[in-house]
Amino acid sequence: MSQAEEKEAGTGEVVLAARNVAKSYGSVHALKGVNFDIRRGEVTTLFGENGAGKSTLMKILSGVIQPTSGEIILDGNPISFASSTHARSCGISIIHQELSLAPNLSVRDNIFMGREIMKGGVVDFAEEERQTRALMEELEEHIDPMTPVEDLRLGQQQIVEIARALSVNSRILIMDEPTSALSATEVEVLFKVIRDLTGRGVSIVYISHHLEEALQITHHAVVLRDGNMTAYAERKDIDLEWIVRNMVGDNFDLGSPPTGHKMGDVALTIDNLTVPGPSGAAYNAVDRMSLQVRAGEIVCIYGLMGAGRTELLECVAGRLRSSGGHVLLGNNDVGHLSIAGRIAQGLVLVPEDRQRDGLVQTMTVGSNLSLASIGAFTKGLFTSGGRERALVDTSIRKVHIKTDGGDAAIGSLSGGNQQKVVIGKMLATAPKVILLDEPSRGIDIGAKAEVFKLLAERAKEGLAVIYSTSEVAECLSIAHRIIVMHRGKISAEFGPDVPKEKIMAASGEAVVAH
Amino acid sequence: MSVTNITEKKPISNGQRRNFNLVRLILEGRAFFALIVIIAVFSFLSPYYFSLSNFLTMASHVAIFGILAIGMLLVILNGGIDLSVGSTLGLAGCIAGFLMQGVTVSSFGVILYPPVWAVVILTCALGAVVGAVNGVLIAYLKVPAFVASLGVLYVARGIALLMTNGLTYNNLGGRPELGNTGFDWLGFNRLAGVPIGVIVLAALAIICGIVLSRTAFGRWLYASGGNERAADLSGVPVKQVKILVYVFSGVCAAIAGLVLSSQLTSAGPTAGTTYELTAIAAVVIGGAALTGGRGTVRGTMLGAFVIGFLSDGLVIIGVSAYWQTVFTGAVIVLAVLMNSIQYGRRAKSG
Repeated sequence: MSQAEEKEAGTGEVVLAARNVAKSYGSVHALKGVNFDIRRGEVTTLFGENGAGKSTLMKILSGVIQPTSGEIILDGNPISFASSTHARSCGISIIHQELSLAPNLSVRDNIFMGREIMKGGVVDFAEEERQTRALMEELEEHIDPMTPVEDLRLGQQQIVEIARALSVNSRILIMDEPTSALSATEVEVLFKVIRDLTGRGVSIVYISHHLEEALQITHHAVVLRDGNMTAYAERKDIDLEWIVRNMVGDNFDLGSPPTGHKMGDVALTIDNLTVPGPSGAAYNAVDRMSLQVRAGEIVCIYGLMGAGRTELLECVAGRLRSSGGHVLLGNNDVGHLSIAGRIAQGLVLVPEDRQRDGLVQTMTVGSNLSLASIGAFTKGLFTSGGRERALVDTSIRKVHIKTDGGDAAIGSLSGGNQQKVVIGKMLATAPKVILLDEPSRGIDIGAKAEVFKLLAERAKEGLAVIYSTSEVAECLSIAHRIIVMHRGKISAEFGPDVPKEKIMAASGEAVVAH
Repeated sequence: MSVTNITEKKPISNGQRRNFNLVRLILEGRAFFALIVIIAVFSFLSPYYFSLSNFLTMASHVAIFGILAIGMLLVILNGGIDLSVGSTLGLAGCIAGFLMQGVTVSSFGVILYPPVWAVVILTCALGAVVGAVNGVLIAYLKVPAFVASLGVLYVARGIALLMTNGLTYNNLGGRPELGNTGFDWLGFNRLAGVPIGVIVLAALAIICGIVLSRTAFGRWLYASGGNERAADLSGVPVKQVKILVYVFSGVCAAIAGLVLSSQLTSAGPTAGTTYELTAIAAVVIGGAALTGGRGTVRGTMLGAFVIGFLSDGLVIIGVSAYWQTVFTGAVIVLAVLMNSIQYGRRAKSG
């Protein structure tokens, strides 16, 4: 492990500081009073799981959103950023986690988008191109400035995003997961650029899920958990275990695996399943993976972004096509069936993105709940209002949805209750196997616990449950078995009593030496 | 961490809701109020406007747009658009005219005169085929609905012109000795004083209303129009639903073509030009969202009557045809404005 301490950490003066910064969205508290300093010419890394508040904090520091309370101090003076443009004019720029490039425009046009170099009333394209070329050289990437961004690989697009932030010559550069799509060599180059920048006095705020990688470059570590800052230390005082311990915490109870019921026969068999990657990708999203789940069993699939969890679940549910292998429900091969056919056989999916894939916003809570089981209340040609109402009322009661009733607008529910509507909709079809892709995404801790409790109850009645998560604490809740996925393959399989570090190590997130 | 003390976002309180009631009533019933206002104003301006016979005459004018609008409503509920209905209407009229004139089978040296019921069925089948072309292009070949139906608009119109060589089929009355009389029944006859065209419109509206509110297909349509991905993952056969709505729209256009050519007892290849836009306007004035998932038959019918009663009223009081166009346009813009206010409000309250 190479160290980045060219100089003593903690010596630079504080250029930007957060004091008691909090941010709430309605009743959801994304950040609950965070304090920390960014020092001149040093790298400060934020660690934390999904939903810990890292991105929210970065958006506040870069002026994208305004904090609910607390203040930001720039060079010793309190400041309130009106917009990201304002923050940029104060020397703060951000590389967003989600790429914000216009795919139809060239690399040059993207880099200078919104701040074109003008000469005599027209854009000085030659100068822009020259600067773009210089930036690409600095980043050691052979990309022609005139290439349209859509023709670049994801990793190269990330490079362009980084180049755009560099071209502003900011004093403070915030990098939100800059390396998620980069190759190892590209990461090395990026780190060289970061060292170069810090040498010139630029302060870096860095966020990454790759803990080891971040430790190579950082001077300070700040750990966030559930919107609170749980730890702060300098690089020399910390190691991976310290980070993991502070990230995950230990007093986190999301239930335990249900016991006392007899597991049934194998309900779902995934046999050598292969799912191709996104079109044009040279790798498979899921690579010859096999898994068996029994009735009444709860299996958790853990993995980083891009490990292939979503592709696996969507392929099993029938949305994505496999390029090899079989999916068996009981003893029946369901590979040839449509989504509807698989639902009828008892195999259902609760998708990852409930706004995009789960809910119909134009319909009521009741119509959403009954959507997957219209057949159950249709007699001949016509649907029966009474039987539908009975089904909806039962679902609302069974999955504990807090609502005015079936006729309420879906938008009137909180995130957690909306998620319960999506789960309730699929449970209403009386499935044998339920797949849940990140069922806890974007819902608060109380709703999480309720969702897991609900699933544990159903497992006791013989339902086979498979859920994916990117939070270790959620693996160690109701799952009887924990499968860790890495690059489309199962990299490890654990029982419910495994230490967190082992799960994270198997996912490629951190390698802890024992 | 305890679970019980987590506060859920409270639904809008009842008190707040009551304040919105009046505004909401006016917003949601706007097409109805607009119709009342139109009838009141024209009745005041012209003594001939407020009479049963005038209403029935206007209603039979509305029937053509109304039938198109019902098909258009289903397409728009699905999140699509069907620009081809005006051309399909024209083509359907020409096919009907062609069949009524007799089909020469040269190999047998005879001329077949199909009975009127066969002409009706064949014409509707043609409408279904045109709709199916739209549907397959849009659902399976992923052509944007706007472009696909625009292409079909030109093709259908072109075929109609080719068939007729640009001329009009006259004398669709048929001849008693050939046993194919009765084509004018659709356009001229009345049942209990009500024009057949209006009865066809009412029947289609009722059937469509029941399909939307009481059948699985109706639910599928609202769901796939509101969020196609979610509907797909819930097991809704979204592609089949999509094709079916375009087929239904094509059949509606064919029926409208039959009613129109029957009313005129002639069928011209340019009949129905720009009628698709009137149909879209009726659906929009009726409160449907062009993004899909929102809209009702009742609203669409009101929208069709608003347009029809407005333009006929302007004719009756002697306003120039150019001003009619301006008024119709203003009503459409106003309707869309109201739509965005209504749905914007709903989104905010959510």
